Amino acid sequence: MAKIHVTTTVNGEPVEFLCEPQQSMLDVLRGPLGLTGSKEGCGSGDCGACSITLDGRLVCSCLMLAVEAEGHEIGTIEGMASGDGLHPLQQKFLEMAALQCGICTPGVLVAAKALLDKNPDPTETEVRFGLAGNLCRCTGYDKIVRAVLETAAEMRGAKAEMPEAVR
Amino acid sequence: MSILENAKQTVQGAAQAAMKKAIALAPDSWLPGGQPDPLIRQQHGLIGAPVSRLDGPLKVRGQAPFAAEFPLDGMVYAAIAFSAVAKGRIAALDLAAAEAAPGVVLVMTHANTPRLQPMPLFLTAEKAAGGDDLPVMQDDRIHWNGQPIAVVLAETQEQADHASSLIRATYEAEPATIAFAEAKAQGTEPGQFMGQPLKLEKGDAEAALAASPVSVDATYVTPRHNHNPIEPHAATLAWDGDRLLLHDASQAVAHTAWSLAQVFGIEEKQVRVTSPFVGGGFGSKTLWQHQVLGAAAAKLAGRPVRIALSREGMHRMIGGRTLTEQRVAIGAQPDGRFEAIIHTGTVAMTRHNALPEPFILPTRSAYAAGSLKLDVEVAYMDMLANTFMRAPGEAVGTFALECAIDELAAKLGMDPVELRIRNEPERDPVEGTPFSARHIVEAWRAGAERFGWSRRNPTPGAVRDGEWLVGLGCATATYPYYRMPGGAARLTLTRDGRVRVEIAAHEMGMGTATAQSQVVAERLGLPLEAVSFAYGDSSLPGVVLAGGSQQTAAIGAAVAAAHRVLVAELLQLAGNDSPLAGLKPEEVGGLDGGLAGLEEPARRESYASILARAGREAVVAEASAPPPLETQHWSMHSHGAMFCEARVNRITGEPRISRFLGSMDCGRILNAKTAASQFRGGIIMGLGLALMEETQFDERKGRIMNPSLAEYHVPVHMDVPEIDVIWTDIPDPHAPMGARGVGEIGITGTGAAVANAIFNATGRRVRDLPITLDKLL
Repeated sequence: MAKIHVTTTVNGEPVEFLCEPQQSMLDVLRGPLGLTGSKEGCGSGDCGACSITLDGRLVCSCLMLAVEAEGHEIGTIEGMASGDGLHPLQQKFLEMAALQCGICTPGVLVAAKALLDKNPDPTETEVRFGLAGNLCRCTGYDKIVRAVLETAAEMRGAKAEMPEAVR
Repeated sequence: MSILENAKQTVQGAAQAAMKKAIALAPDSWLPGGQPDPLIRQQHGLIGAPVSRLDGPLKVRGQAPFAAEFPLDGMVYAAIAFSAVAKGRIAALDLAAAEAAPGVVLVMTHANTPRLQPMPLFLTAEKAAGGDDLPVMQDDRIHWNGQPIAVVLAETQEQADHASSLIRATYEAEPATIAFAEAKAQGTEPGQFMGQPLKLEKGDAEAALAASPVSVDATYVTPRHNHNPIEPHAATLAWDGDRLLLHDASQAVAHTAWSLAQVFGIEEKQVRVTSPFVGGGFGSKTLWQHQVLGAAAAKLAGRPVRIALSREGMHRMIGGRTLTEQRVAIGAQPDGRFEAIIHTGTVAMTRHNALPEPFILPTRSAYAAGSLKLDVEVAYMDMLANTFMRAPGEAVGTFALECAIDELAAKLGMDPVELRIRNEPERDPVEGTPFSARHIVEAWRAGAERFGWSRRNPTPGAVRDGEWLVGLGCATATYPYYRMPGGAARLTLTRDGRVRVEIAAHEMGMGTATAQSQVVAERLGLPLEAVSFAYGDSSLPGVVLAGGSQQTAAIGAAVAAAHRVLVAELLQLAGNDSPLAGLKPEEVGGLDGGLAGLEEPARRESYASILARAGREAVVAEASAPPPLETQHWSMHSHGAMFCEARVNRITGEPRISRFLGSMDCGRILNAKTAASQFRGGIIMGLGLALMEETQFDERKGRIMNPSLAEYHVPVHMDVPEIDVIWTDIPDPHAPMGARGVGEIGITGTGAAVANAIFNATGRRVRDLPITLDKLL
């Protein structure tokens, strides 16, 4: 089967790759592009571990064909930190123990960033709803919600008013 | 102590560090007459500090390599085809289309699989790790619906998946026992767990029950569960001649290496298993047939293989928790004192595994009772082998026991917290041994205060908030302290004042490497940054299962043993020119990057100076932990007082959890941040057990019907409230570091706390899990 040539942008860098028409974006990211930060937890859009952004919109890369990346901008966890500097969400997740085994963490962070990019001042319910597609089996979720809320507050430059923030 | 207070203490601790004394060596055994671990007395150091996980920076960048991410040159991808009948034989396999499909390198079936020994079944030998002991694709026999019948290797995962979908199998099906009622009717057998019968009678419990003025007697049912870690099981592996390298997702690297060696008839040292990062395990990440099939196919194809299971594949071939049907009867005096506890019932199991879900374990030590009758019977079924899942026994056993106590409290008109406290045992009710440290009453009192338990209305259905009924419930959480034999560790101290710890242990998200680095730094008197912790590799010392909440104790004891050897060696190297000259190992301890006299801290020499004078770059010390005899002398258990606020919609029956508190008594907490995470993670899985988790099993076909995360429901962000956790932080004097495990206890008691809260909210007593809305309408 003839491979298809795709020209796209990944984390701000121009990227070209060859893929088969039925190959998923996740497959191409993890395989030929070597970007294994996006995880495969189900392959059916249920767990959110493969979350990426397509032109800023949150998508499950396991449900997206790689050829759909043509001419668009892909964002993955690998593009979240700038050099040595972690994104405030990444930093807050560390401090507030919002991660354990780490397999869902990249997807959660990508989803949380996509949420805050659109809505810098979400309510707790909006955070829970925004992350509803990201399953985690370790943390108990609440720490993730607190970390996102606290990051949002800090990023707004406002003093956080979380109850018992150190959790 | 709250976490904030802990954090405050750490700051104070830093200020007081300058006044620290050297810390004596840990004891070389934990036997009667011995001294507690001196680390217990260290109140203001690294022990307990809320240090952020050391592997966090890698993980938040997506740079931690998991099993399915190791690149190997020339690697091919595997896909597995599963049987569609529960029992019988494969009559024919049509492989033509699969073999002709694009990219296919090999199709392996029972016809061409190399000859293999069955996997050594978990618990049958020290390092046995197998989930079952069936032949692995060695013949045409089918033992369960979902058994692997073929493996396809192809150049890409897509190609392998596609080709395996083209395999056509026909079967000669045979009658199978796939209905639980039928299995029970065929006769049950007494369960055995770790060589002990799951059967016990103390006094005549049935007679005492009949004679009791107040009693309850009911049957509780729990369904099958799947661990469903978010990382599917995966291995990336390669043969180099007769040597096998396997990058696995494992909570048992040494066990897996040994077991694979038995399967392939090679030496243990010819197999190396690594597992630096594991995306959750919960009991599931041991040795199952996929690692064996991947290695066999790699041998046949002469290429490295990645075998990463699909979510469906996990449900087909990785066992979960089995179903239970439990009777709990309690007879009591009007003042609440228990005269009899009866906890009996039946679980489903296969002939090819060894875990009859031991639901009676919590009842053995939880309460004083005049008489006891405990029994787990096994009904054998033709199904996927069931296995260990977070708190095997306790998770579902506490659901039945702690619901029954709540039912009794309602009948007695007593507060359920007071009823539990009234039946606190003086000594272990079964063994008669003293408790090593049991502070559940303190945990109950602190929890009740913090949760506002006194505001509970004991009348069911009495509290309303709009269309929601609101109720409070509680239950006891309990999990034993285990320390398995086999712990060993190597310490390498280098002239730059750094130490490397090496042990074949595991990090699946628990925070092991972080907490143990804190312990090592404290023991040796080094800053945390000077400690590196190497784990997740079978070539390292020790046989350390990440299971039974025992890793903390197992690593702690092994490191303490290696530390004794290290200090003896250092004193020898220090010789007569050192301020330490003449001191024995028992007379020195770690202080500020060196050794110092316990009585005379001024007699001190830095590690760097000792090594430099001896002309050594490094000192290496390796030792094994003493046998875990402490559990024979003391009854060692962790406990928790679990409090739940539930809301049930009067119109839809929808249950929601609005508040939860775990007040824990687990000995010394080594890292306030990672331990709190472990508690919360256990509690959330308990909420899943209470409200939604069920592996649905088709009793007509023996097939699991919901093999996906769309159909097997786990809690999501919207389901979980803020979970509050506090702990007593009272050290256990008979455990290394004074710490008992924290990984599993959170799931225990939680199911009952939820069910009891729902009863308080609605007056509806649901005795079969999960408590879905249809049961509350």
